Amino acid sequence: MLRLGCGAGFSSDRLEPAIDLARDGRLDYLVFETIGERTLAFGHRDRKLDPTRGYNPQLAARMRGVLAHCRRNKTRIVTNMGVANVAAAAEVTITIARELGLKGLKVATVEGDDVTAMMGSETVLFDHGNRTIAEVGRPVVGANVYLGIDAILPALETGADVVITGRVADPSLFLSPLVHHFGWKLDDWPLLGRGTLVGHLMECGMQITGGYYADPGFKDVPRVADCGYPIAEVAADGNATITKLASAGGMVSTRTVKEQLLYEVHDPTAYLTPDVTADFSRVGIDDRGQNRVDVSGASGTVRPRTLKVTVGFDGGHLGEGGISYAGPNAVARATLARDILADRLGRHAGFAENLRLDLIGVDSLHQTARGDPDPSAPGGRLPERESPSATSQDIRVRVAMRSMDRSAIETMLWEVESLLCCGPAGGGGYRGQISPSVITHSALIDRGSVSPTVKVLVA
Amino acid sequence: MSRRIPLHKLAHARAGDKGDTSSISVWVYDAGDYALVKEQLTAARVKAAFPRLIRGNVVRYCLDELSGLNFVAHNALEGGVNTSLNLDSHGKSWSSLLLSLEIEVPENKHSSTGA
Repeated sequence: MLRLGCGAGFSSDRLEPAIDLARDGRLDYLVFETIGERTLAFGHRDRKLDPTRGYNPQLAARMRGVLAHCRRNKTRIVTNMGVANVAAAAEVTITIARELGLKGLKVATVEGDDVTAMMGSETVLFDHGNRTIAEVGRPVVGANVYLGIDAILPALETGADVVITGRVADPSLFLSPLVHHFGWKLDDWPLLGRGTLVGHLMECGMQITGGYYADPGFKDVPRVADCGYPIAEVAADGNATITKLASAGGMVSTRTVKEQLLYEVHDPTAYLTPDVTADFSRVGIDDRGQNRVDVSGASGTVRPRTLKVTVGFDGGHLGEGGISYAGPNAVARATLARDILADRLGRHAGFAENLRLDLIGVDSLHQTARGDPDPSAPGGRLPERESPSATSQDIRVRVAMRSMDRSAIETMLWEVESLLCCGPAGGGGYRGQISPSVITHSALIDRGSVSPTVKVLVA
Repeated sequence: MSRRIPLHKLAHARAGDKGDTSSISVWVYDAGDYALVKEQLTAARVKAAFPRLIRGNVVRYCLDELSGLNFVAHNALEGGVNTSLNLDSHGKSWSSLLLSLEIEVPENKHSSTGA
């Protein structure tokens, strides 16, 4: 039996429960999964601005928190916190290990996922109507291929205490220790499918232990504020028990496991990773009580021939501004403010088609989900005005706009702020921010065109 | 005789995103309600309910043994997380959107409220 823990399910995931798991989890492996399409593109941008950055911003805090516990408990760490700068992440980890007196701690890096140089103007983006990179007409920020277990296994074979990667498929971070420990064959597709299910269930951290689950009165979660990260006890046949620390809040139930089972899965019979085409369609989920749930029956068929690449493009700037109205007749005043903004901003060329106006508290997240199709409004932006019937007395007008031209965003924010003096009565709480924007699309490349490398550093 | 109740009383859901594709899994609390939900919550109905949001096709996968339905809605995220101007650019709240649809329940049918 191999005991795997997850200490992060996304870039900014919580720290303290990961330290609890490192200290008390009796883990063989602790995995931190921190890359998303967005955070990876930001990693490229950070690295461009400063060659010593580009790895996960929380890497140092996490390593400081868990390294000593992991060493004491003989728990190995596998993480993609290298993001767009694996070498720098390894250097930082070594420095922290030395500070902590962990002499001899071994860090192995996996590189080779950065395939920016292999992208050409004719590279086809399969998720973008098969348009080419040239047709996107934006600078490429970076491109990364999803590496799999065949890239991570050589790093585990070095005996490293910590393995740091960039872009690898999330489940591969968990599958690779299983293959390494149990000696599974790289073409035993049903076994790899079962291990991939374990990885898939674990990769989002607390999304399987009661995080992102509570719906008061319908799905109550005990002590969700102290929700713990998950633990998987995996048998040599790939079937597993999902659980958590008894001391942690949260819960593991058939329902929490089900919600994660199909999270970001399309066809349950064909979940594609670099390692296998996993089949989750006949999975058994059985509650054993005491926050222990058995998962069994996943399978798999031959892995895809090609590897997926995420290509990040410079998306310019995203501007978001807001102003609030509260008390009697707040809905009418906020609606008037929104209409004034639509009018004033609409006078600037090119603004209307890159703009979205929301009334938070009346109609925002689901605004574009309602009403009839409006072919003149791509993506449903700037829909026809509806008279809000909400009774809320606390409404925020939100304006969002994306542009390659930062000064256009500044003009938009200026117009929102100016409502403080020349808008409806009682508006307050103006805030505005401009953040860098990236756009991502996907391409495919041949397996043979990538050659991952492993390096070892010792503290 | 029948009554209409929000799907939210019968099922829970979670939404995820990949590019401009939203995938929403719906899990019926009580297996006894599964057939009813499966019959009424079709891919065509989901697409028709949100025509301005879901621009592409909707595919439904059924996990009968676990009482779960998985909806994969294409061109349904206003361009995707890095393009959408929606405050919820991941479409995480599309799960609640589906749960707001109504299911017609026969009066004589005992039904779990999930509460």
